[in-house]
Amino acid sequence: MEFVMFFATAAIALIGALAMVLSPNAVHSALFLLLNFAAISVLFLLLRSPFLFAIQLTVYAGAIMVLFLFVVMLLGAERADATQDRLAWQRPLALGLALVLLIEAVFISVTTIPQTPAVASPEAEAFAAPANLGSVLLTTYVLPLQITGIILLVAIVGVVVLNQRARLRHSLELEQK
Amino acid sequence: MDDIVVQVLIMLVQVVVLVLAISTGFAYLTLFERRLLARMQNRVGPNRAGPGGFLQPAADAVKLFFKEDVIPTLVDRGVYLLAPALAVIPALLIWAVIPFGCLNIAGDYQACFADPATNPNLHNIFQLADIDIGVLYLLAITSIGVYGITLAGWASNSKYAMLGGIRASAQLISYELALSSAVLAAVMMAGTLSTHEVIYQQMTMWFVIPQLLGFVLFLISGTAELVRAPFDLVEAEQELTSGYNAEYGSMKFALFFMSEYIKMIAISAIAVTLYLGGWNAPGLELLGSLMTGMAGPLVGSIAVGLASFLVFLVKVVLILFLFVWMRASWPRVRYDKLMYMGWKWLLPLALLNVAMTAVFVVVLPDALIHSVALFVASLVVMAVAYVVSSRVKPAPSRSRIKMVQPEVPRRPSS
Repeated sequence: MEFVMFFATAAIALIGALAMVLSPNAVHSALFLLLNFAAISVLFLLLRSPFLFAIQLTVYAGAIMVLFLFVVMLLGAERADATQDRLAWQRPLALGLALVLLIEAVFISVTTIPQTPAVASPEAEAFAAPANLGSVLLTTYVLPLQITGIILLVAIVGVVVLNQRARLRHSLELEQK
Repeated sequence: MDDIVVQVLIMLVQVVVLVLAISTGFAYLTLFERRLLARMQNRVGPNRAGPGGFLQPAADAVKLFFKEDVIPTLVDRGVYLLAPALAVIPALLIWAVIPFGCLNIAGDYQACFADPATNPNLHNIFQLADIDIGVLYLLAITSIGVYGITLAGWASNSKYAMLGGIRASAQLISYELALSSAVLAAVMMAGTLSTHEVIYQQMTMWFVIPQLLGFVLFLISGTAELVRAPFDLVEAEQELTSGYNAEYGSMKFALFFMSEYIKMIAISAIAVTLYLGGWNAPGLELLGSLMTGMAGPLVGSIAVGLASFLVFLVKVVLILFLFVWMRASWPRVRYDKLMYMGWKWLLPLALLNVAMTAVFVVVLPDALIHSVALFVASLVVMAVAYVVSSRVKPAPSRSRIKMVQPEVPRRPSS
């Protein structure tokens, strides 16, 4: 049962990802990516981690994709222009690197991962409980957590500063006229 | 094996009954709102179809079903057809974790009132799924609800619908933060994310007392999340015809209408669950023990179940009344003031509430003392916020002119 569920979900995730890359319309791409996120959140659920399921939906589907859609709609940038890439070597290089990555992934999965399907152990299940996850984040991993927070804060402050500078220049120009 | 089949069957019946009940609730909520709005505006409201207008929702449904189903030529067909479904499905999914009563089918009413951590003997058929991340699930599903409106606006290929969709996505992202922060404080009081356990934690005192500020913030940002008046800029009739759903007709329009009202009931139900003690009321346990003594444990359990459902219903209707009252009382806010309020008032207040809750719960471990302290602190914060907000007005026009002026064709410089 779980096996079937896993392959169905994984297939949906892959189809979503492929369609996202191939779709010429940015809004359609965003929707396929949304499908991909939903499938991945179901995969988290199959791994007995309901917390990551909810976070995946809230953060990626509920916030980031909405922002993507908002920007695409605001700029009216649904259609990608069909002009040729300026960097002619970019596409073959990307294909070659992707091939290398694929071979590497297959090699590693064949050689190192045990052949039995993954089953969530009781310890993993206890770890995935939101209360335990929270206490680990705020005790053992408190420094990485704080650093992540500071990086995000710096990004926010940077956006505000850049925005204010542009606005200041505008008002200076207006006063000069 | 048979056990699983029986469980799946019970769940299917629960789902079907739940969806039908919610749809009926939606239909009669429209009547409730129209009659109530009419009373508040000194009118009569729909009262012709059936006694007291009782059949009006049925008449509306028949009318919408038999309208011609038009799909405009230049819409993005796939997304246009997907959008109503994306609007209504999250609205229905929210209900999976909301306990709207406690009927223990195992025939033991005490299990409803016992500590869920030590008493697993509870099969509440008035709650579809008691998952241990219930509140997070609610937030996750609410955050997905924006897609229906946004995509409808984009796919319609019409400028009014598009403006409505853009407004919707900006507004919902902004108010979601305040909403989740308000919910977070209530979760911190309860110390759990399971909806049933949140209700259990309110057996002694409803969270509306210590979380008064959170409750007010939840109601305001909840209204904004529902894009209802006074925050209904998404469908502002005077500017945008009817906004995101301007190009939709027949049942597809009805689905949008339905999702808005079902979400309204759901937000009310969440408010009841998180702040007003859920299905619980004083005297339910007494009723259970009386009925069990008179007619056996199963009857006692059913009596408690029905009574708790009734209590839940009354509380939800009270909150719905508040929503209708708000719609009748306040005019629509201006867009920049909407953003100003969301980011500069609601979000900081919600964060302050989270910090306040954390400090008080840790410093004063006794539940009664920190509840009273938080209640007083909430009152103080709200009073200060009211005074400050009535003194400090957002700079009304200067910044707007600066932003708009560069687009005006330039005059020859002197």
